[in-house]
Amino acid sequence: MLDLVSDHGKAIKTPPLGDSPLAIRGLTVSYGQKPAVFSVDMTVRPGAMTAIIGPNGAGKSTLLKAALGIVKPLSGQVSVFGKPLDDQRARIAYVPQRASVDWDFPTRVIDVVLMGLYRELGLLGRLRARHTAKAMDCLNRVGMHDFVDRQIGQLSGGQQQRVFLARALAQEADLYLLDEPFAGVDAATEKAIISVLKSLREAGKTVVVVHHDLATVTDYFDHVFLINTRKVAEGSVAEAFTAETLQAAYGGRLATAQVDQLAKALG
Amino acid sequence: MLWDALFLQLGYNATLVVIGATLLGVSAGVTGTFLFLRKRALVSDAISHATLPGVCIAFMAMVALGGDGRNLVGLLAGSAVSAWVGLLCLNWLTRNTRLAEDAAIGAVLSVFFGFGVVLLTVIQTMGSGRQAGLEGFLLGSTAGMLWADALVIAIGGAGTLALILLMRRPMTLVAFDPEYAAARGLPVDRIDLAMMGLVMAVTVVGLKIVGLILIVALLIIPPVTARFWTERSDRVVLLSGIAGGLAGYLGAALSASAPNLPTGPIIVLVSFAFFALSLFLAPGRGVLAAILRHMRFQRRVHLRQGLLALAQGQPIYEKLTLRLLRRAGLVRADGVATDTGKARAAKALRDEKRWEIVRTDLAHEAAAALYDGLRDIETVLTRDQIADIDRRIGGPQGIPS
Repeated sequence: MLDLVSDHGKAIKTPPLGDSPLAIRGLTVSYGQKPAVFSVDMTVRPGAMTAIIGPNGAGKSTLLKAALGIVKPLSGQVSVFGKPLDDQRARIAYVPQRASVDWDFPTRVIDVVLMGLYRELGLLGRLRARHTAKAMDCLNRVGMHDFVDRQIGQLSGGQQQRVFLARALAQEADLYLLDEPFAGVDAATEKAIISVLKSLREAGKTVVVVHHDLATVTDYFDHVFLINTRKVAEGSVAEAFTAETLQAAYGGRLATAQVDQLAKALG
Repeated sequence: MLWDALFLQLGYNATLVVIGATLLGVSAGVTGTFLFLRKRALVSDAISHATLPGVCIAFMAMVALGGDGRNLVGLLAGSAVSAWVGLLCLNWLTRNTRLAEDAAIGAVLSVFFGFGVVLLTVIQTMGSGRQAGLEGFLLGSTAGMLWADALVIAIGGAGTLALILLMRRPMTLVAFDPEYAAARGLPVDRIDLAMMGLVMAVTVVGLKIVGLILIVALLIIPPVTARFWTERSDRVVLLSGIAGGLAGYLGAALSASAPNLPTGPIIVLVSFAFFALSLFLAPGRGVLAAILRHMRFQRRVHLRQGLLALAQGQPIYEKLTLRLLRRAGLVRADGVATDTGKARAAKALRDEKRWEIVRTDLAHEAAAALYDGLRDIETVLTRDQIADIDRRIGGPQGIPS
């Protein structure tokens, strides 16, 4: 599974798209003239929790957004469960970064979760008790059931993040993509989110998380995908999350002490 | 006179105008809400100013073809075409150049309006142009409104409302969280364009009554007014439609009740009156409520600080604190605590310790979120929960309440 890329950026092998939950081939995204993601291949392992790791500005979020078509890539192919992305939208749940939203928007916690049922409700479908019950159940799973009627701006950052996760849960998807869900959240939220994600994995769902905290990678994830504009490494935590790959991904940006500490932790 | 107008007793023309203005107010208020929620309110100003060249070109074309240049359907069709061109220019500028949207709005608005004014001047020097009354499209002119005009407004308004109803869910989703909407496969760009198309439809329909300069007020003021009263987007839409409809109805009736009162501007002023009332009087987000809330909060803070100071035997210098304590019968005139004061102070101190436990225990997270250093713990936790916390703190039992 380990697919280390050489210094020249040449992939050792490029397997066919297959029916992986998310398969990306040759993806390049550029803002202006500078590529944020360059010719990246990624094959997400089904039923696993994968962390996308890399330094700031390495293209982690961009990779996710391009995979979902939120950002238009310059080139590359994406397939979801072996089919084109647009045929599989209903099987994907996305949790964007908190900063992407206007928190003064007139909407309550329950309304946000009900947005997850957008497909079920359709354009003119009536909101029924079973929809509300489902939304409540999702809020329950992230421990936010006491906040149903609050305007979303009145919540703390961590609570907002959990509401976003509840909205994704309401979609009952097979593939969950989360963009920095642990950034700037409290300990209670981190615990709640990780336990929900682990329960998703137990239910056979696939989870991909853009992650920034190297210290928790081995605890939380099975697989890692290291990126710094180009793919650096991909594979199980044991294989691909090593002092060597981290050094390659972060270069001089990771303090030596940090690398040593991680290397020690990794054995 | 005003009563006659309100009950549609002022004659045929006035009645048509009042009904037309009410319909326009409702559809503008509802459509404008999505514009406001998407934070693109000013785009409507560019769209409305971009209608003018179209009106003029349509007039000239109809005259050149030997027809009556004043045909409203023809003029509105022309205005719609040039507004659409303006909108596409705006979209192109913001997407393909480094121009920010506000600058692009300024550019499109002024260029299209300037071009329109030039055409208007040309038309006025034409033989048949003098009687055209095209300048009525600037600020609206309802004097010569016909049954057919009212029908155009009614059909246009109703059609817009129906489309909004159909698109309300995707438009709300895009306005709140465009990235999430895109991830779900919604065509965000096309939904935005459709929203602007609806705004354009309202603008075109409203040209006859309020005119292109003031239509932006009907699109923006009602949603802003409605936002003061609710935290739910569906209710903002509903209230905004009501506020817009009422403003249209009252404004048109007012202007019909006296000679020489312009309809469009009066509608805008009535709309503003609703806004001003909401700004001051709305219970949650209004200015008055905010001031009262702040004063009440300040008093609670002072009282609490005073009690904690009493409990810990610290002197109190703050005059407001002393006055509040005295008025509540917690200290005597000489600043010494009364018996009730001592009991309340002891409880305040105890509650601080209880809160400390609540805030460090994840089981009480919902309660801890309500912590503000002021709230009585009894309003948040049950008697049993408090007893449990007291057991964990230890110390003397039987705290007076």
